[in-house]
Amino acid sequence: MTVQQSIRPDAPRGTGEVVMSARHVAKHYGAVKALKGVNFDIHRGQVTTLFGENGAGKSTLMKILAGIVTPTSGQILLDGEPVTFNGANDALAQGISIIHQELALAPNLNVRDNIFMGREIRTRRGVDFAEEERVTRALMEELEEEIDPLTPVEELRLGQQQIVEIARALQAKSRILIMDEPTSALSASEVEVLFKVINDLTAKGVSIVYISHHLEEALEVTDHAVVLRDGEMTAYAPRNEIDLEWIVRNMVGEGFDLGTPPDSKMGEPSLIVEDLCVPDPSGHGLVVDHMSLSVRAGEIVCIYGLMGAGRTEMMECAAGRLRAKSGAVKLHGRDISHMSIAERIEAGLVLVPEDRQRDGLVQTMTVGQNLSLSSIGAFTRGLFTSRKDERKVIDDSIREVTVKTDGGGAMIGSLSGGNQQKVVIGKMLATRPEVILLDEPSRGIDIGAKAEVFKLLARTAQERGLAVLYSTSEVGECLSIAHRIIVMNRGRIAAEFDHTATKEQIMAASGEAVHH
Amino acid sequence: MADVTNSKPGSGGMGLNIGKILLEGRAFFALVAIIAVFSILSPVYFSIGNFLIMSSHVAIFGLLAIGMLLVILNGGIDLSVGSTLGLAGVVAGYLMQGVEIPAAGVVLYPPVWAVVVLTICLGAFVGLINGVLIAFFNVPAFVATLGMLYVARGVALLMTNGLTYNNLGGAEALGNTGFDWLGFNRIAGVPIGVIVLALVALTVGLVLARTAFGRWLYASGGNERAAELSGVPTRSVKISVYVLSGICAAIAGLVLSSQLTSAGPTAGTTYELTAIAAVVIGGAALTGGRGNVRGTMLGAFVIGFLSDGLVIIGVSAYWQTVFTGAVIVLAVLLNSLQYGRARR
Repeated sequence: MTVQQSIRPDAPRGTGEVVMSARHVAKHYGAVKALKGVNFDIHRGQVTTLFGENGAGKSTLMKILAGIVTPTSGQILLDGEPVTFNGANDALAQGISIIHQELALAPNLNVRDNIFMGREIRTRRGVDFAEEERVTRALMEELEEEIDPLTPVEELRLGQQQIVEIARALQAKSRILIMDEPTSALSASEVEVLFKVINDLTAKGVSIVYISHHLEEALEVTDHAVVLRDGEMTAYAPRNEIDLEWIVRNMVGEGFDLGTPPDSKMGEPSLIVEDLCVPDPSGHGLVVDHMSLSVRAGEIVCIYGLMGAGRTEMMECAAGRLRAKSGAVKLHGRDISHMSIAERIEAGLVLVPEDRQRDGLVQTMTVGQNLSLSSIGAFTRGLFTSRKDERKVIDDSIREVTVKTDGGGAMIGSLSGGNQQKVVIGKMLATRPEVILLDEPSRGIDIGAKAEVFKLLARTAQERGLAVLYSTSEVGECLSIAHRIIVMNRGRIAAEFDHTATKEQIMAASGEAVHH
Repeated sequence: MADVTNSKPGSGGMGLNIGKILLEGRAFFALVAIIAVFSILSPVYFSIGNFLIMSSHVAIFGLLAIGMLLVILNGGIDLSVGSTLGLAGVVAGYLMQGVEIPAAGVVLYPPVWAVVVLTICLGAFVGLINGVLIAFFNVPAFVATLGMLYVARGVALLMTNGLTYNNLGGAEALGNTGFDWLGFNRIAGVPIGVIVLALVALTVGLVLARTAFGRWLYASGGNERAAELSGVPTRSVKISVYVLSGICAAIAGLVLSSQLTSAGPTAGTTYELTAIAAVVIGGAALTGGRGNVRGTMLGAFVIGFLSDGLVIIGVSAYWQTVFTGAVIVLAVLLNSLQYGRARR
């Protein structure tokens, strides 16, 4: 694997002494261990980047440093002294602010009011709006954005909202600034401006913690790299000792096998998507732009693309959640475009949604009730459900997808992320589908569970002749069980590879590695 | 996230945690405590006769509360049940007086069974309007049913011009006697109203526990998006619960006007709040997805036995209001203890 390295001309900046550190910090959510005793240092006037896959514990660690989450055990040191934060405002008062991955703005308020939310400039006669507006204008100038301070945030596009979020953190003039995926919705030129701002800040002695899925982009700006995997710190190194390959190796873990494409007998195309267009929710443009693809029985196809490439929308439209503007979805040659979600499940097409807490699970129900939710018809005799038959459906499902649980009666919240994901998949598989769509099936689950999920998919495709279409934003997952890889970029198919493709080819096609 | 909790169906509570048992059976223990206290305070309280009389009062709230439970399980609220009860009574009264058909020049006296069926259809229709507004036009349930609270009450007042139908007995000659059977008769000593309540409670309990619709209702109340993606027809479920709530209100209206042998347009005012209170005391979560008929019935009996007990020992009506309010707040407090802890 070759990687172009862009060695920074001004390698060491600031003094580099440690201003803040985490010692043996752990965080448990019930049975889920998000962090398992992590050590982490922040250096004055330098950028420390935290690498790791989804669910590795990056965001949890950042929330602990920013005082939003209290660690289950471990210690936070600020200037060498142990501290405990009493909420985010306490951390802010000590000079630590955070730019959230999920935007934490009030959409109904304007830019100025959002930037000063909770820390308004007060005078004896109320809030000094004129001064607030002046500061906001200055911040927007610094970030080279033409945003009027009085525009309501809901009227801004996503990238601009992210700029507002960044400005909000800058306004606090913190000495430690945590940026959790600050560039996910920014354009290339906006990213450049952000990096310029980061350089200015570090020159002034501000310490920055940076998280990004765009590895090369992060390498461009960082001084130190820390890699988290599965809640543990697996590697640490200063920038000049590492390259992209080092990061990927430490993120994914050496030799961890996510499987190979199964030897299944391919049949006729099960799923055919023809010329599908899905309108953007904002009203202009298309999120899915004249997309066509087909998946054969027994075949596993991976869709790779960055956030906002249109993967989710394509899948939700195929499953009946979103309405298409034009085009057709066909199952075994039969047009199912007019069908409801329930009818499509009946016909044999199911979706495992991306956000399992929001769209996949019913938290008020048990593991068993979640597993059997889509196949109630299979154990209804006349008017009433049969307890015996339901138990059989549930037990079979638990065995098939290997859920680790105390039994079908346990509450769904008592399971770990990986097992919850298996429940969502098991629920859909229990309907005996012919096509299964999985939107980021590995999101927020640890590497072991990830391998099990992929193994399960490979086995089901081979044994049942199931057509599998899954999406991912991690290249390593494309080159696992998929027979074919489709790369999506801005609602279109940018490229298509077979399983012999390289990571570089795939990333280049997605528009990810284009900073050089 | 929850630790592995309570609701293993069928498994006996082996964990001998007294606090937990008290918390989960709180409505039951509250009812036992109420009966014990009033039995000590009044010699007439503890008798089968008195329990049956109190139960026939509970029947009205209990019927409303069962409908309300379905709506609350779905994550909604139905503020219109009190008015629907009043309207149902008035419509039944109107039908009993005879319907004049000017074109034919005759007055039609429908038999009692037809009156009952038509009144129940009216309740279903009121619920259907609520449901369609909420499921198809995305009107918040609170607002849609608040509007219906006013509209139904207004229609009831318009129909009677503010007066009350007093003669619901019917006449032998017209073949429409028997309306008071609902309110006055007893089978094996048990008032018909109580039997109706028991039948409705059993049916709804069975539907919730053992049918696809019941499972759909719990699922769409717990997480509507997930339920929809799992193939649950969430819209039809939503409309159905409001229709069922309207039907329950109409049945309650029939029982009440039969008990009173009169139908007034203001009957049932603020009953919707009592029904919500019963559901909440019964342990249901206002956010949806949690609750059952057994709890709701206990909640209705707690409220009914408490307020009747206070009357029997001669406590002022004003104090009754204070007590009822305190019980409701206490119940919600315990609910958030039970569910809030689980969510952490």
